[in-house]
Amino acid sequence: MELLNFGAVLQGKYLGWLAAGAAMALGLFAASWVAGFLIALLLLALRESGVRLFEAFAQAFVAYHRNVPQLVQVFLWYFGVPQLLPDAWQAWINGQNSEFVLVWIALSLNCAAYMSEDLRSGLRSLPHTQLEAARAIGMTYLQSMRIVLVPQALRAAFPPLVNQSLSLFKSTSLAMTVGLAEVTYASRQIENETYRTFEAFALASAFYWICSFALTAAGYYWSERLQTAGRRA
Amino acid sequence: MIDILDQYGLLLLMGQYPYGPLGGLALTLFIAVAGLVISFPLAVLVGVARTSPFRGFRVFAGVIVNAVRGLPVLLLIFWAYFIVPLVIGHSISGITTVICALVLYELAFMGEVVRAGIEAIPKGQVEAARGIGMTYGQTMRKVVLPQAIVNMTPSILNQFINLIKNTSLGYIISVNELTYAAYQVNAQLLTKPFEVYLILAATYFLICWSLSLAIGKLEKSINARRHSVPRSA
Repeated sequence: MELLNFGAVLQGKYLGWLAAGAAMALGLFAASWVAGFLIALLLLALRESGVRLFEAFAQAFVAYHRNVPQLVQVFLWYFGVPQLLPDAWQAWINGQNSEFVLVWIALSLNCAAYMSEDLRSGLRSLPHTQLEAARAIGMTYLQSMRIVLVPQALRAAFPPLVNQSLSLFKSTSLAMTVGLAEVTYASRQIENETYRTFEAFALASAFYWICSFALTAAGYYWSERLQTAGRRA
Repeated sequence: MIDILDQYGLLLLMGQYPYGPLGGLALTLFIAVAGLVISFPLAVLVGVARTSPFRGFRVFAGVIVNAVRGLPVLLLIFWAYFIVPLVIGHSISGITTVICALVLYELAFMGEVVRAGIEAIPKGQVEAARGIGMTYGQTMRKVVLPQAIVNMTPSILNQFINLIKNTSLGYIISVNELTYAAYQVNAQLLTKPFEVYLILAATYFLICWSLSLAIGKLEKSINARRHSVPRSA
């Protein structure tokens, strides 16, 4: 066996596995990011609501997701939660593509917990007078949030949000532990069949590096644009 | 749930020990502590190299840090599993593999913590040290690093929490730490995945959460001390 032969791996069904794995990783990332961001906004609203019970819930939610390994969160959703459902539902779930949905839920909730904290510190970095001034010129609470505070908070929270997105992207690899065929899973599979360990892992690594780099670069570009937009306004 | 703890509690706590190999929570903590102890000095080196006046060191450390940060920990574990035996010439245990992978991971993340710590030391300190005739090495060793390391202790301990959470990934190469132990308990019980994984999550939560509370306290006291020391002292 020659020392290095990427051609042996980049062909036929192996190439197909890698491509499908890449698509799966990116799909899972995009789906979890969108859901995570929306849930993060909801958590932020609960946390800042002024209602004791809601605040405690949001706090507990964040603490749980920060202090338990993500792998365990995925296991709890994938192996544990279906057990709580009625038998008929369990059978139905097992018949579907349950890996994707359950991992998606686990990753989205985890990501939401971290993003809500990023957004909250963005919001807290704004001076109190912003809200007071907005209310004083007659905006309602929601208007001042939507028009004045949240756009600024987003700008402040942008760098940590990019970091969190990167971390979410890498976390999609955890899906392989429950048998979802994303990139890491595909490289493992190729390694098992061809014994070309180096090539298989190198291709998976290249995929993560390229995507991480693209994400970071996009984040940098957008944060520059946001800063200029902030100065112009 | 009590009966699971009753029957398998000891197994989850320390595996077969003292009649067999150490496992469970004890092994999790062992791997995390070993990871911290080994990666800390290396992270200091990375941090110093990242802020070094020599371009070569900066570039080299920068490439390593960014390469590691772009990869999921799972993939680092697979790489360690494959590369380390090739480099040292004989096979290694799963535990060593996980420790190697986690050290590599922390080298990048903790290295960035150290870098931030070094950069946060006021420039005047360095100039004063150089001004009284200290070499660059002396300045680092006697002036910058001692202050930087005290200031960044909370962040380094946060990395320790991260290490504890990441040991769970040893599961993928069958290292008998807490997550794998729980997985095996679940495989024996078969009918109670939710209870088993809930116990698992609760265990991690208790440890990491209490650690993070303690770190928060430490951070406050360090900040208080920093601000109470008069500038002329």
